[in-house]
Amino acid sequence: MFDRYIICEHDFRNVVGDQGVVGFQLRTRLPYYRGLGLSMVQDITLVVDGQVIPRDSLSVTVHGNTYSMVAMETAYSDRWEFGEEAVLTARLPGGLAKGLHKVDLTHTLRISYLPFLSIGSDTKVLALAD
Amino acid sequence: MTKANEIKRGVSLYSYQEEFFLRKMTLEDCIAVSARLGALGVESIAEQMMPGFPNLSDAFYDSWHGWMALYGTTPTCHDMFLDTKMYKGRLMTDDEMLASVVRDLKHANRLGCTVMRCIVSTPPHIMALAAPYAEQYNVRMGIEIHAPFNFDHDWIKAHLETFARVGSPYLGIIPDMGIFEKRFPRVRADRYVRQGAHPHIVQHICDVYARHAGTEGLVEAIKAMGANERDLAMAGDIAHMTYVEPRRLLDFAPLIVHIHGKFYEMLEDGTEYSIPYDEIVPVLRECGFNGYISSEYEGNRHIQDVFEVDSVEQVRRHQAMLARLLGEA
Repeated sequence: MFDRYIICEHDFRNVVGDQGVVGFQLRTRLPYYRGLGLSMVQDITLVVDGQVIPRDSLSVTVHGNTYSMVAMETAYSDRWEFGEEAVLTARLPGGLAKGLHKVDLTHTLRISYLPFLSIGSDTKVLALAD
Repeated sequence: MTKANEIKRGVSLYSYQEEFFLRKMTLEDCIAVSARLGALGVESIAEQMMPGFPNLSDAFYDSWHGWMALYGTTPTCHDMFLDTKMYKGRLMTDDEMLASVVRDLKHANRLGCTVMRCIVSTPPHIMALAAPYAEQYNVRMGIEIHAPFNFDHDWIKAHLETFARVGSPYLGIIPDMGIFEKRFPRVRADRYVRQGAHPHIVQHICDVYARHAGTEGLVEAIKAMGANERDLAMAGDIAHMTYVEPRRLLDFAPLIVHIHGKFYEMLEDGTEYSIPYDEIVPVLRECGFNGYISSEYEGNRHIQDVFEVDSVEQVRRHQAMLARLLGEA
């Protein structure tokens, strides 16, 4: 459900900090028909050009609030809203090279009424914005 | 004997999830278009279309009531969820579950709803504990009877037994018309074919399903036909589908507080491909039901991979069908 919309095609870019390029980010939506409390976003798996980005280098920003993956596990009073484009930021010194990149993104959700984890995936080839 | 027809038409805004998700329609747009289609009862899902829930501002509720007045619509039902798995590694306690349910009852009351859809996983004893609050907020709680559950499952029977024991008029049921799935939805079958299922095996599975005589031997049979993983996945879907004889509704008539008019594909001839509304609606009239049937479109997820979803047109056709079956002039 909504899997094809997980990866947004716009605003895929490197992140520049005080010390130069410190990582990259992309915009992403949940593959689900309602917003979900952040503590129930069990996992996010990001793979770029076949390389798994370590979970502990990921952070998620929803409506201005930024959470590490560990912080999200106990975020009980914030919700990733339905259809909301969150910003997924990956820490990666030097960032990504210019040009096209194959991005695989999987969201694993703990949906209380389902007896299994809900898993949605999307793959897109994105052009890194300047 | 068919009683006077007091059934009213409404819509669950769930129907427009594709357009809302893609920000093609706002909450107000969804209400406005529903009014235009004659679906004057509005069912809503706060966690879907009311960002910030449960901390909605007074200004939001003011806007909501302003829209109801402007478009001539009536709030009917709030769809609640119970996030029993909110905490990693443990389930909610009874106190936490009750607090969550009461939170939603308050929201339903502020919207002006008199019904709240309780997600099917809500435990019976929590329904019982919440009944006094339901009365306090004047919101009837209906457990959703949704596939794969139907009236004959132990979980639903436990609810029905609890309701009988508690005896509160604020506890009831919301049958989802997806329990009357007479044929395998075509939009789902077609998607399996797009994903690589064999057309002749897909047809076989549809034929077996439509006989409602059980699926014993189906997996072996399609394996012998050369089934691949998609064929087997489709056969597995049947375990989560139900076909109940619509007249079973009569057995539960006094408990029905609201109806989810689930549909997957409205055809141009004004019928639903897989759910026999022409058999169901007369039974609801015979039940003496006088609440709302909410159109609940759920086809988007089966076609969005290749087609532009037009939820409004689907709801329009569903409403036209209901108007016809309800004998509206």
